[in-house]
Amino acid sequence: MNFMGFRRKDGKAGLRNHVLVIPSVGCSQNAAQVIARSVKGAVCLPNIMGCGQVGEDRVLLKRTLVGFGTNPNVSAVLVVGLGCEHLDCREVAEAISATGKRAEAVAIQEVGGTTRTIALGKKIVREMRESALRETREPLPLSDLILGTECGGSDYSSGLGSNPAVGAACDMLISEGGTVILSETPELIGAERLLARRARTPEIAGKMLDAVAWWENAAIQGGQNIREANPGPGNIEGGITTLEEKSLGCIHKAGTSPLEEVVAYGSQPGKKGLIYMDTPAHDIEQLTGMVAGGAQIVVFTTGRGTPLGSPIAPVIKITANRDTFMRMRDNMDMDVSGILQGREGIEKAGKRIFEKIRSVASGSLTKAEKLHQNDFCIFTKYINI
Amino acid sequence: MTRAKAIVIHPKDNVATALEPIPAGSEIAVRIEGRAKKVKLASDIPAGHKLALCDLEEGDVVIKYGEPIGRSTGRIGRGEHVHVHNVTSPNK
Repeated sequence: MNFMGFRRKDGKAGLRNHVLVIPSVGCSQNAAQVIARSVKGAVCLPNIMGCGQVGEDRVLLKRTLVGFGTNPNVSAVLVVGLGCEHLDCREVAEAISATGKRAEAVAIQEVGGTTRTIALGKKIVREMRESALRETREPLPLSDLILGTECGGSDYSSGLGSNPAVGAACDMLISEGGTVILSETPELIGAERLLARRARTPEIAGKMLDAVAWWENAAIQGGQNIREANPGPGNIEGGITTLEEKSLGCIHKAGTSPLEEVVAYGSQPGKKGLIYMDTPAHDIEQLTGMVAGGAQIVVFTTGRGTPLGSPIAPVIKITANRDTFMRMRDNMDMDVSGILQGREGIEKAGKRIFEKIRSVASGSLTKAEKLHQNDFCIFTKYINI
Repeated sequence: MTRAKAIVIHPKDNVATALEPIPAGSEIAVRIEGRAKKVKLASDIPAGHKLALCDLEEGDVVIKYGEPIGRSTGRIGRGEHVHVHNVTSPNK
């Protein structure tokens, strides 16, 4: 089964053809935004990190920015730096151009001020845009897709309707040879042992359990005991009996396949099938991590509604809450409330979602894309010094 | 498809979840892998809450999403309400 996409020089499949402007530090973000806004079809990452970072945060920064540049939804990249930041803009551009696409770098201190940098940047991005317009879609196999899964603003409808339906669609994609990313580690607390049983090897199970333990402890350090506090009174009133039930309701959105691999935040999977990526449950950091890791498309279930979207990847919003679908019509892509009204089966809704994934992959725009939702935030472990 | 009052998420599940409040004494049909299973409710089941699809003994595992979500703390009859009063975490 196919979709229509862009075959990149490194063999990956793109669903979009963005010209991407990446500020390598917060100080160059303004100039980067002006450059992107002045060229139709260019997008900018609203990155404000890159100064005073320490330890693993420097690794996460580079991995995420390079990951966005190498994501196959991107045709070409301009990295805009200042000149004194710890991540050299040229280093980012070189890592991206190593995959075969054009990537340039300009630094404000070298070029000589904002105005000159913007003028030079516009010229480069315009050229990149003209090249991008000459690129065309061709039939590509669904096995080339990496689908991110996310839930945010969950309510009673998520565990009963939207998550099982998305899970059915994920199983369909995996049976076509595709890849699905499950993430948001704090949400695994309660179901981690069950997920561990589905791991291909004890080593994979161990890595996942270690990640869960890290987050559980990090939350306790911050004064929150996730295991003790869930299910909360609202959950219990709504029918959720145990922590396991709540957590399973969440992870069910990634389907029932065996767990093939565990990857760190923003890292690219080496295997196909169901992958677990260690990310926070923070909606934007999670979304950013999956796209940096190569997800070209994301399905996002919501109960109460959320507008989030990625600068370079389509995010399909799915709700089983009819009220939310009607009230936030401009943000919601799919209504699966028929499941909760007993009018549509989970498998049938899953099939509709699977077809929607194909159509969005082939170019159909999501509501978040139409609204130019540019949400981006890199996960950090430390403070900026 | 006639409107269902409760759904079963996975064929291995031994509970169904009510989609609306269902009074005790109602006879409902839930679909499991295309086949209808009839259950008579022994308790009132609020919307979003679970009912047992078969008799459960004390210590039996409650299965939803195809996985153990809890352990019964006492005998639960088919069609009865399954929740915090008769189920505890499976790992306790």
